[in-house]
Amino acid sequence: MKDERPLLFETAREGRTGYRLPDSDVDMRVTATRGERALVRQSPLGLPSLSEVDVVRHYTNLAHDNYCIDLGFYPLGSCTMKYNPKVNEETARLPGFENLHPLQPEADAQGTLELMHDLIVRLCTITGMKWGTLQPFAGAQGEFTGMRLFRAYFDHRGEGERTKILVPDSAHGTNPASAHIAGFEVHEVKSDRRGMVSLESIREHLDERLAGIMLTNPNTLGLFEEDILEIAQAVHEAGGLLYYDGANLNAIMGKVRPGDMGFDVVHLNLHKTFSTPHGGGGPGSGPVLVNERLRRFLPIPDIQAVDGRFLLTNDRPDSIGRISGFYGNVGVLVRAYTYLLTMGADGLAAASERAVLNANYLRELLKKHYHLPFDALCKHEFVLSAAKLKEATGVSALDIAKRLLDYRIHPPTVYFPLIVPEAMMIEPTETESKEVLDGFVETMVEIAEEARKSPEKLHDAPSATSVRRLDEVLAAKKPVVAWRRPL
Amino acid sequence: MLAVVGKSTVEELFDDIPSDIRLKNGLALEPGKSEWEVYNHLRRLSERNRVDRISFLGGGAYDHIVPATVRHVLSKPEFATAYTPYQAEISQGILQAIFEYQTMMCMLTGLDVSNASLYDGASAVVEACSVGLQSNRRSNRILYSATLHPNVKRVLVTNYRGRGIELEEIPAIDGQTSLPATKELLSETTAAIVVQSPNYFGCLENFEGFAEEAHSRGALFVVSANPMSLALFRTPAEWGADVAVGDTQVFGFPANYGGPSAGYITAREEYLRKMPGRIVGQTVDRDGRRAFVLTLQAREQHIKRERATSNICTNQALVALGNAVYLATLGAEGLREVCSQSAVKAQYLHDRLAAELPVDDAFPRPFFNEFTIRLPTPSRNVIESMSRAGYLAGFCPADLDVGAVIDEHEAEGKDLLTIAVTEKRTREEIEGFVSAMKDALK
Repeated sequence: MKDERPLLFETAREGRTGYRLPDSDVDMRVTATRGERALVRQSPLGLPSLSEVDVVRHYTNLAHDNYCIDLGFYPLGSCTMKYNPKVNEETARLPGFENLHPLQPEADAQGTLELMHDLIVRLCTITGMKWGTLQPFAGAQGEFTGMRLFRAYFDHRGEGERTKILVPDSAHGTNPASAHIAGFEVHEVKSDRRGMVSLESIREHLDERLAGIMLTNPNTLGLFEEDILEIAQAVHEAGGLLYYDGANLNAIMGKVRPGDMGFDVVHLNLHKTFSTPHGGGGPGSGPVLVNERLRRFLPIPDIQAVDGRFLLTNDRPDSIGRISGFYGNVGVLVRAYTYLLTMGADGLAAASERAVLNANYLRELLKKHYHLPFDALCKHEFVLSAAKLKEATGVSALDIAKRLLDYRIHPPTVYFPLIVPEAMMIEPTETESKEVLDGFVETMVEIAEEARKSPEKLHDAPSATSVRRLDEVLAAKKPVVAWRRPL
Repeated sequence: MLAVVGKSTVEELFDDIPSDIRLKNGLALEPGKSEWEVYNHLRRLSERNRVDRISFLGGGAYDHIVPATVRHVLSKPEFATAYTPYQAEISQGILQAIFEYQTMMCMLTGLDVSNASLYDGASAVVEACSVGLQSNRRSNRILYSATLHPNVKRVLVTNYRGRGIELEEIPAIDGQTSLPATKELLSETTAAIVVQSPNYFGCLENFEGFAEEAHSRGALFVVSANPMSLALFRTPAEWGADVAVGDTQVFGFPANYGGPSAGYITAREEYLRKMPGRIVGQTVDRDGRRAFVLTLQAREQHIKRERATSNICTNQALVALGNAVYLATLGAEGLREVCSQSAVKAQYLHDRLAAELPVDDAFPRPFFNEFTIRLPTPSRNVIESMSRAGYLAGFCPADLDVGAVIDEHEAEGKDLLTIAVTEKRTREEIEGFVSAMKDALK
């Protein structure tokens, strides 16, 4: 059995220190509390005392226990785990960007403001929208922002009774959650036998209470919603709006734009489509773009270009207000902007083409070995089902995922979308070469074989990782979310 | 590959898109460029920002020293280029690091449980209020102090306006949230009272009696605190808080024009299952070995969908990691030193200004590393003239919409200046600041 990795607190030794600060050159005997004893901390601080090498070894060892896109294939559906070009890190760390304070006057921030302004222009070009905000920190906050824009639009028109948001049963979980916390009532609409949103199911909801619909296109099955123009027309005629969840934009850049499909509000995930690193769960960025009729409601501050100067303005009386404490994850915006300039129009279209080609290539090869419930030309991803395999062998999608870990491959997204039992959602992205894809197919075929011959091997997987399968029930039943000093 | 797919051109892969909306000529953007050209373009843009002045500017983002270890660890691709750790067996690195981050945020705030980070300090306040609204089902009111950062107030309004939730501001007197006013405003339908210390003006507030009042009406007591201050000053737990929140930019991050930073949220144990966002928990693997995993996921959007109380998915994991590296590098002793040097140097500058110049304290409260003074002239002029002399002198708190905190008769606060000092500033820089201000006030 491998050793447990010690915690920082277990490695710490009294008296060690990892850093030397400059000696203070002012008299340190001054007290800051003006004699108000109640303001002083009573309890010990408890932070660990470590040397610099202790700290560096600790994190180097932890890094060793972490998979990432720089190590290998990461076909995590709907997450667009593409390679993150290294120049993005260098530009984001330019001192002029990094050391700018958010309360400096606009005159001091012209470089960053120009970048932000031009980024909005370019994202609008890619999506076919008119203007936007870069404040949302992530896709889910973009969705929330979009839903607040819907609310403001209807309130402005005196249509406060429009509270109903339609969300397909194949939607990302954040969609219904965001609509709900923004004050809407969520109604699920069914997917049809093609795996697309059913126009019939939408028609049942077209009334004066309809606020709109949230869609991902291509959807989470990787299928392009072929009825999108009819859906847009029906929703608009009923007085509703269309929201575009941009998680899957990587499939269609340079081919078709959400604005041309009829969407009124779009959010993008810069940490997916625009190659900014995901950081183990953020920081991301979820810009929101709108068409002309929703523009006046965008968050403040808005960025304006006036005679070649860039200004921030709060003078937007119909605005939904502030989304971020300052201006969002500006460091992430610099990375995405770098990527956009590097790729250009040709590069972005090529990225989508290759992402779609890679996905279809895998789909064709894997459907011979795993059940493909919706067998059609896909876009950037597709969804297999392990349900039949499970029936025959007892091996589940989770077992397959865990076995892939032994092969040093990140598994697909499993158990999503919810409309496919034992789902395995595979998104290879444009990053991967034919060799990597062929290797993946080979591994998946081998695993299917193992499932039939020695299913216990899959139930027991993984075995080559730093820890074996975890007891998630125990973690939730008796939650321990912080270390406590042993008594 | 196309042959396998049964297509003869790549374009055919897009035949499922209705032809009337297919882009005929591609995107109206210029073609791609080389790395070197792009880097140079970005470098030139970055040079159009002014970052060469000595900073005494705070207001939510502070200029602390960043140890080399932080940048080193954040550059490791194993952390930077990983997705959210859904597959725990190959993600023990980030999971353990976040577990340690959660532990250290609990140590700092004195509370029992922490999540894995939130977007920023403002969104953390919103989420803390949501914990309050969930905890008291009859509640529909949030009380917040007038001394809260005005941008945080605005974010609160954006989140709760039109959702049947009342937001009410508690007045402050002399830079301190009023306890009598709080008592008066409190009712059985109050979800939470939100206060901030050090507050927007830099004042350390005294919250004696607030928690008792809140609890007597079934409301949560939420304290927003600059976590750097907690190395020396009274913790949210010691004030009786149920939830503590704030922004962790101070732990190892440059200002970055406001982000990325991260929000923290810690709480008393009983609120664990109402916490928003990701939480890392300890468990064991099949061999009984200690390991870490994203836990309590039944709270989250991908399980609960429209019944979820928070929609958070991606947050600020890499920033939380950087915060942990910062805290581990400095340790208890180092953090206390940063905290006390910042406090003492701020006091030193304050006393030098008071001795040499015709300026007054705007508020009689003690402060940590930031304080507000009243100038004999509009602060805008002073900020501009100090800027020419090479200093970011601070900010005028009335430039953001602060409501009724400042006495309207006194030039609507246009003569106020809020100044921050960190351990990074030397005595020479502070003396330089004093003489530059002397010149500015001539």
